[in-house]
Amino acid sequence: MKNRHHVLVLFLAAVIVSTGCEKKLDLLPTNDITAETVFSTAAGYKQAAAKFYASMVVEGNPTRDIPPEIVSDMGNTGFLRMYWYLQCLSTDEAGWTYFNNTDPVGIHQMTWSANTQVIAGLYYRCYYTIGVCNNFIQQSTDAKLSERGITGADATEIKALRAEAQFLRAYNYWVLLDNFGNVPFIDDSYVFGSGVLPKQIKAAELFKYVEDQLKAIDAGTDMKAARTNENGRADKGAVWALLARLYLNAKVYSGADRYTDAITYANKVIAAGYKLHPKYKELMLADNDLIAEKSAPAQEFIWTIRYDGTNTQTWSGTTFLVHGPSGVTGDSSGSNGTWNCMRITEQFVDKFASSDIRGQFWTSTQSKTMDVLLGDGTKGYSSSKFRNKTRTGAIGPHTNASKDFVDIDFPIFRLAEIYLIYAEATLRGGSGGNSTTALGYVNELRTRAYNGSTSGNLIPADLTLNFVLDERGRELFWEGHRRTDLIRYGLFTTGTYLWAWKGDVRNGTAVDSKYNLYPIPAIDLSANPNLVQNPGY
Amino acid sequence: MTLRRLLKSLVIPVFLLVGLHASAQETILVSGKVSDSKDGSPLVGVSINVKGTTTGTTSDATGKFSLKAKPGATIVFTYVGFVNHEVVVSTPEMNVALTAVQSSLNEVVVIGYGTARKKDLTGAVANVTSKDFQKGNITTPEQLIAGKVAGVSIISNSGRPGAGSTIRIRGGSSLVASNDPLIVVDGVPLDYNGISGAANPLSFINSNDIESFTVLKDASAAAIYGSRANNGVIIITTKKGKGGALRFTFNTNNSVSQLFNKVDVLSSSEVKSLVNQYGSPKQMSQLGNSNTDWQDQIYQTGFGTDNNLTMMGGLKNLPYRLTVGYMNQTGVLKTDNLQKTSVSLALNPTFLDNHLKVDLNLKGSAQNTRFADEGAIGTAVGFDPTQPIYSNDKRYGGYFEWREADGSLIQNRANNPLGMLEQRWDEQNPKRLISNLQLDYKFHFLPELRANMNAALDYSNSEGHVYVPDSAASNYTSGGLYRQSKQEKKNSVFDFYLNYAKDIKSINSRVDVTAGYSYNNFWTKNYFYRDLNAKHDTIAGTKNVNFPYDIPENTLMSYWARLIYNYGSRYFLTASLRRDGSSRFSKENRWGTFPSLGLAWSIKNEDFMKSNKTFSELKLRLGYGLTGQQDGIGNYDYLSRYGLGAQTAAYQMGSQYVTYYGPFGFNSNLKWEELTSYNAAIDFGFLNNRINGSIDFYLRKSQDLLNNVPQAAATNFSSYVLANVGSLENKGVEFTLNTNPVRNTNFNLNVNFNVAYNDNQITKLNYNPNDPTGLPTGTAAAVNGFVQIHQVGYSRNTFYMYQQIYDENGKPIEGLFEDRNRDGILNDKDKNYVHSAVADWIGGFNADFTYKKWSGGFVMRGSLNNYVYNNVFANRGRLNNVTGAYIIGNASSNYLTTQFKGENDKQTLSDYYLENASFLRMDNIFAGYNFGKVLRDAATLRLNASVQNVFVITKYQGLDPEIANGIDQNIYPRPTVFSLAINLDF
Repeated sequence: MKNRHHVLVLFLAAVIVSTGCEKKLDLLPTNDITAETVFSTAAGYKQAAAKFYASMVVEGNPTRDIPPEIVSDMGNTGFLRMYWYLQCLSTDEAGWTYFNNTDPVGIHQMTWSANTQVIAGLYYRCYYTIGVCNNFIQQSTDAKLSERGITGADATEIKALRAEAQFLRAYNYWVLLDNFGNVPFIDDSYVFGSGVLPKQIKAAELFKYVEDQLKAIDAGTDMKAARTNENGRADKGAVWALLARLYLNAKVYSGADRYTDAITYANKVIAAGYKLHPKYKELMLADNDLIAEKSAPAQEFIWTIRYDGTNTQTWSGTTFLVHGPSGVTGDSSGSNGTWNCMRITEQFVDKFASSDIRGQFWTSTQSKTMDVLLGDGTKGYSSSKFRNKTRTGAIGPHTNASKDFVDIDFPIFRLAEIYLIYAEATLRGGSGGNSTTALGYVNELRTRAYNGSTSGNLIPADLTLNFVLDERGRELFWEGHRRTDLIRYGLFTTGTYLWAWKGDVRNGTAVDSKYNLYPIPAIDLSANPNLVQNPGY
Repeated sequence: MTLRRLLKSLVIPVFLLVGLHASAQETILVSGKVSDSKDGSPLVGVSINVKGTTTGTTSDATGKFSLKAKPGATIVFTYVGFVNHEVVVSTPEMNVALTAVQSSLNEVVVIGYGTARKKDLTGAVANVTSKDFQKGNITTPEQLIAGKVAGVSIISNSGRPGAGSTIRIRGGSSLVASNDPLIVVDGVPLDYNGISGAANPLSFINSNDIESFTVLKDASAAAIYGSRANNGVIIITTKKGKGGALRFTFNTNNSVSQLFNKVDVLSSSEVKSLVNQYGSPKQMSQLGNSNTDWQDQIYQTGFGTDNNLTMMGGLKNLPYRLTVGYMNQTGVLKTDNLQKTSVSLALNPTFLDNHLKVDLNLKGSAQNTRFADEGAIGTAVGFDPTQPIYSNDKRYGGYFEWREADGSLIQNRANNPLGMLEQRWDEQNPKRLISNLQLDYKFHFLPELRANMNAALDYSNSEGHVYVPDSAASNYTSGGLYRQSKQEKKNSVFDFYLNYAKDIKSINSRVDVTAGYSYNNFWTKNYFYRDLNAKHDTIAGTKNVNFPYDIPENTLMSYWARLIYNYGSRYFLTASLRRDGSSRFSKENRWGTFPSLGLAWSIKNEDFMKSNKTFSELKLRLGYGLTGQQDGIGNYDYLSRYGLGAQTAAYQMGSQYVTYYGPFGFNSNLKWEELTSYNAAIDFGFLNNRINGSIDFYLRKSQDLLNNVPQAAATNFSSYVLANVGSLENKGVEFTLNTNPVRNTNFNLNVNFNVAYNDNQITKLNYNPNDPTGLPTGTAAAVNGFVQIHQVGYSRNTFYMYQQIYDENGKPIEGLFEDRNRDGILNDKDKNYVHSAVADWIGGFNADFTYKKWSGGFVMRGSLNNYVYNNVFANRGRLNNVTGAYIIGNASSNYLTTQFKGENDKQTLSDYYLENASFLRMDNIFAGYNFGKVLRDAATLRLNASVQNVFVITKYQGLDPEIANGIDQNIYPRPTVFSLAINLDF
């Protein structure tokens, strides 16, 4: 009998021990943490702010920011690479050899559609950054800060980061405005995960929003003054530079020109004390962070996004501008060699005079004419403008062992562009500038481009709008401006200016004007029935 | 001393128990023959035991036996499929005829949380026992029943030793969540995720130990597993101790694996002439003079040996079974090797006058694996055949590698395929112990009431490393590689239930009620390490890991009840209800309820049918059930979380590299996938069940399907988030026919056939019901985008491709496709939904016979209208495979047919590459001979020779038509395996 009781007791004990407690279903992750923990200290805020900046440089970690459903290959999902595809590869600046799923298929030929991966990729990258910025702004309101007991210098620093989040949101909306025109709008009033679908706004409204945001940041005191923030973070210099760029293109965006405003903000930038770095060939080197230092003898860079071969590794940043160009040897580029992807149309090469040092064309393995676009990396020159070497010729000090990742920072804004905005806006009739100053700025660039010689300098009559377009092409080549420029000049889709393989034809052809805007990705049309596709797609 | 005695003397002390002291006095030698009462044929292997003692034996190949027993003792004859028979000893001669269990219907089938009598079943339940398993060199258990069960597709994932299989029951009911069935081993539901360092988590279970598989196909049967039963349940029951005299079984299976097929590529001279015609001057200068077949270089003949020694018997009231196994299998891909040592122990004692049954099962296994780098397979196909295997110097390990003039490695080259294999040691040592203790107590005051408790722990520990020497081209720049890995898993189970079963004669009924509680926790600890170089030094550009480990964990808690009711053995009802709670969902969505109902009517048992001579069985079954699915969901997807970015993904502010905290996408509304399924079936039998079978019709409707759904831009922290939005339908019919056309003293023949038709259709995908976008899926090499799509109105994994245009000779024209919407532009709007990777029909056909001492049989499987995208042709059948890169490559000989250059970005998405891969495969053919008593009657010996993967009949042009996802890239080819097994019972 005794044994029986033992059995029953055993059963009963086991049942009691194991059942009943539904709390066992409350499990939390080991290493991931909640918002309350992240935003409890000033250091946590800075780590959260590092995320919106990192969204401009890396693909995402520990998980991808842009899922494979949008862009299958992770190495294509970083901001700069996709921005470059849409801004440079779509123009006379570059063609692309390959056409696998890892590649920007149809961008150079202008045969893209609402399903093209890298187009959707840039769109979602911008919104990803906007989402992270919105979240940071929500978490850093004055109310939240005081609720969390953060005051004094910590609070001031967090407010500066909040202003930078607002700026970065405005910058990304500008990218969307420029590339997609009419896009969904969402700001920090949005409740994440609520499922509420954003409304689409017209390009002109978005232009107004970006303008208002930037002006508000400029008017406020939270954003750090020009040339006072840490290297890699934006300050008022970047705010003004974006305003100048926005106003230069205002007619495309909103129908009304704003050249006077462009000059106003270009002047603000110039007055802040930025100077041209004396050597053009040092602009895109492994130690070009020096050019963004406020202590530099000539701080040309207004705001850079920063890469590092060890600490900020990505396949999508300047590393892609180092490996991508066809033929360039590893010895020359400071990497493990070329991916044989990018070549330049002969029409673009022809814009450079022989003594202009800025093209830095790679010719030894290449033929000049781009007779074949796909599958042959030797047709067309490429360029070694981006080199993972320091000014002394040493390889980037943080380059990883396999020499995949590089140390080159990328300037989103630099003074040379501001000079050219000033010149163009003045030529286009904006007030507040004058043609003599404009000529002086352009000749400063020309002298640097001719390696200190004034042989390439202009006389006043040379300074025409078409000259400025070509000069922008030469000075800012592969830096992400070309498509915007060609659209502003009405040359992007029309037959006035043709280049190799424009419209998928060897010597180029005009294409439908719908290609002046990229299509809203089919994926977002599916997710958000409020959206209407851009005309023609 | 005989071998048997020697082993006995060694083994008994292990148990620290004294037994086997049967007294010799007064015993007599009883001998005789056991036969089938039906036709007098001898029964081989019948268990014959003296009741209440450990004395026992088995009948030999002619049905004869002899053993010693006291007069008056009772001898018990037990034999699977036959009624137990007891005889009291009176004379030395004892001839016994056993009667087959009437149409096996009193057989008991394991159904999850208990058993049911086969005749009470109302659901679609298939049971395969060890005698019907596939024979031969089986390195992973699920292959034992491939082709044996209607509607169950088991496709091995590769030819790698121990590789797992893709198992689909009735077509798969999910899109992005798992379509794998729940697998339960001795009451322990296995973790759906794999075990680090093991090719396949099921490979830890010794195939030799398995007694039976039960497949719960429809929801009325599977709903007792509630939220994990959407894709059906496979219950594996291992062999138990049966008591009786000590017996040993030793079997050894030795095999040779050989590939008879490789990818057809261009010859050395063909490559040479192409390079000379189309190549660059650089490539012409690179041409070598060798004639290397790189595929021959990477493959080898595989050898395998699988040895098991089983000891079973009883010590007093402690029946036991102990198996020790050792397997060593080399793959057909060089350097691939799997070694496995396993021990399993089952102790099955009863206490308290049989009121308390205890089952203790321990299944331990340690593997020692070297994984070959499967990347070498594709590299070998594409590697320049004009180059030699080895270079003339010692750099890069002596292997030929593509070098620049200065000897440095060319960027974006392919590495020497043989070097990739021989210079990489990916060595993993996973260990796993599955242990469970089950107590089953029949109450003394109410024997119809049982309490059952099952406590189990499935523990695994995997440690391993990848080592690549600093000379290897693959890791040359980093100075080699040393990559450590470690994982621990603990999966604990606690079940408790009460069962009440009683025949209530007064109302002509039998009632069987069970109610219980179940707790299941899945705990994993993944360790993280920084990659080091071959000297274990840090590699430039790498950083320390943020966290030493992570512990993903989830818990399921369930309450459930089941009623099995039978009225007059004519009307049957099974009803179950399960309530499941999961830690993977928010409090609001955490609990789900999963009911089921099954009804059956045994027409044969009606009075009006009893005299019917035609039918020996006729039963109608109807089933309904609701099940759930949560495998494939992350553990914390419903929570808003932030993760710390790696130190190599920091952002530099000033001079400081700031590691960031970033938010993850989340969906707080996440809940179970649900599947409503209906089943209608007829079981029939003729001629005393010598012909029997069943037809099942089913409809399975999945709703709230998990899908990765695009989020309106910037409304969440990920633009795709898992959400419950889709629905899908599977409908089909399954037909099983088992026949026994010949059955007499010398010759017995069974011929079995099963076939299943399944139609799969997606009915909803997104929030937006009219959304035409679909969900692209299926990436493949050299393909821009995706090959397949999930789309409303089509089967899952439907191919979505351009329609190829051909010239007048039927040759495809590169880059020319049908402009289907006639808008003058060829873009993705012109893609066409063409066929699906999912077969319409699958079937199995198998036969086995015994003729005197001979036995033999085969298993065939077939599949109809499963389409395969031949990515080997698409990716490799182009001129630019040879001359398109800086270095020379090789192409598939499909290039000779198409002459494609490879300059069109849509060509790889052409339906030219889509082929109907219907096939008929001879999976297994075997022949055996039973020598009967050998070694002066000390043992019985059986020999079995078999061939696996004998042949495949198909029109598919690739290597193998059987590709689970329908995309044929370079899979590890499945070899043909010849094996010889020896089985010794003593």
